[in-house]
Amino acid sequence: MASDPQLRRIEETDRPQVEITVDGLALEALAGDTVLTAILVRARRLRDNEFDGKPRAGFCLMGACQECWLWRADGRRLRACTTLVEPGLALTTHSPLAAWQHKGS
Amino acid sequence: MAAQRILIVGAGPAGTRAAEALVRHGLRPVVVDESPASGGQIYRRQPAPFKRTAKTLYGFEAAKATRLHGVFEALAGAIDYRPSTLAWHVHERVLHLFDVTSERFGELPFDALIIATGAADRVIPFPGWTKAGVFSLGGSQVALKYQACAVGRQPVFLGTGPLLALVAYQYLKAGVVPAAVLDTTPSAVKLRHAAGLLARPSAFAKGLYYLASLRAHGVALESGVTPLGVEGEPAVEALVYRDAKGRDRRLACDAVAFGYGLQSESQLAELAGAEIAFEPLSRQWLPKTDADGRATPRGVYLCGDGARVRGADVAEAGGELAAYAALADLGREVPHARIALLRRKMARGARFARALQRVFPVPHHFAEALADDTVLCRCEMVSVGELRRAALALGASEINRAKALTRVGMGRCQGRYCGITATTVLAAAAKMPVEQVTGLRPQGPVKPVPIAPAASE
Repeated sequence: MASDPQLRRIEETDRPQVEITVDGLALEALAGDTVLTAILVRARRLRDNEFDGKPRAGFCLMGACQECWLWRADGRRLRACTTLVEPGLALTTHSPLAAWQHKGS
Repeated sequence: MAAQRILIVGAGPAGTRAAEALVRHGLRPVVVDESPASGGQIYRRQPAPFKRTAKTLYGFEAAKATRLHGVFEALAGAIDYRPSTLAWHVHERVLHLFDVTSERFGELPFDALIIATGAADRVIPFPGWTKAGVFSLGGSQVALKYQACAVGRQPVFLGTGPLLALVAYQYLKAGVVPAAVLDTTPSAVKLRHAAGLLARPSAFAKGLYYLASLRAHGVALESGVTPLGVEGEPAVEALVYRDAKGRDRRLACDAVAFGYGLQSESQLAELAGAEIAFEPLSRQWLPKTDADGRATPRGVYLCGDGARVRGADVAEAGGELAAYAALADLGREVPHARIALLRRKMARGARFARALQRVFPVPHHFAEALADDTVLCRCEMVSVGELRRAALALGASEINRAKALTRVGMGRCQGRYCGITATTVLAAAAKMPVEQVTGLRPQGPVKPVPIAPAASE
């Protein structure tokens, strides 16, 4: 079970495909997916917590807990549970500041 | 009359009805909503590429959802609608906005501000709740409604409140059989207070129907459980809990969805200057209002679950009532007979909500029993023990002082998911009544906004 993804699609899987990039890897999503859905139907990790480094997979899914922050290629932050995929969206699951943070600590 | 600037925050049941009433009286309110489409959380709409029917999405509530969506759509052109816009602060009668799509900031001064910000899941941290695959109960419902996804293949539903059986039933209907439905409320408590729910027999009957359906499909239903921990590395593999007879159990699962009812999103109201009072059953500090939703600052009105958690029907009545209060205060004529009817509806709703709080009490005592190494703040990984040490060694017996010392509640969720538990932990450690440690004071921004300089309107 550990290798299965976290989310499971139940229905409406005939939506058009949308290709996005996550950490440099291409990923086929479906139109109407949130970024969180697109990633967690393939994996159990969305990102890592900054304080313990452990994987997280979202929590509230309604924009309140801020647990699902990811970053666009230009460094702008987005909330994966409230952002819908769009063609060509390129994301990183590690903060662009992380390297700097680790050097500073 | 000069244009009166009326702002509504939220486009759920309360915000929609408030806007409708104002438009009917010739005003053109601004409606600010964080979501891209109206409906709020309960009647949240699926993104455009999904085609499921209202019946599939909202079940027994399909007619109400469709009606409310229709009301909002009919207001197009008559309101200044700002979807995908976060109202992140109120200061000196100016509402501060952030448009998520354009990434622009804005400011709107107001004569009247109607706050209908809804509610979020009430949770109590427990060991392992930060693992990937643990979700809030409401979140697990969002996955289903908004994304046609289940949070796991064998999810466990844990907690208490009307949402517990409902969400488990919705999963069952969608073809995902829950590993178990574990209610933390002992059966005896539910039975003792069940008569209070008969004021709304249809709601009571729906709850029983959900449970009967789950039982008929062989889903284990337990009452009186205590969660002990989530196991699995790096993600959920099992839930460990103590059953009603005191036996420790381990249940294999790949997702845990948990919640103990809802709590008001009252941060914006407090920032607007609303006086607050302690509500003992929820242990929340909630803004005071009169029967029509007037808060203490002039021109600020509260309605819906953001004022008091009473459900969508009461929220619709409260939104309309708050609009009439604003209109009356602006010197407009208001329909008195209609107002009297809405007030009676609100009073009935309040009684029913109190009955629900007794049938499904928040198990605050879980928080007092948490081991020191339990993660309390999931944003910044502050432990229960760190908060207790702040109370004992540093003498912090007020929650905002303890926050300054430990950073509990200072993370990016702003204490939404640890705040009330933190007050319970702190009060127990300091051996004080919980209201004496006070509540976390909200700070603007109520949700994070970028600090990069952005173009203003």
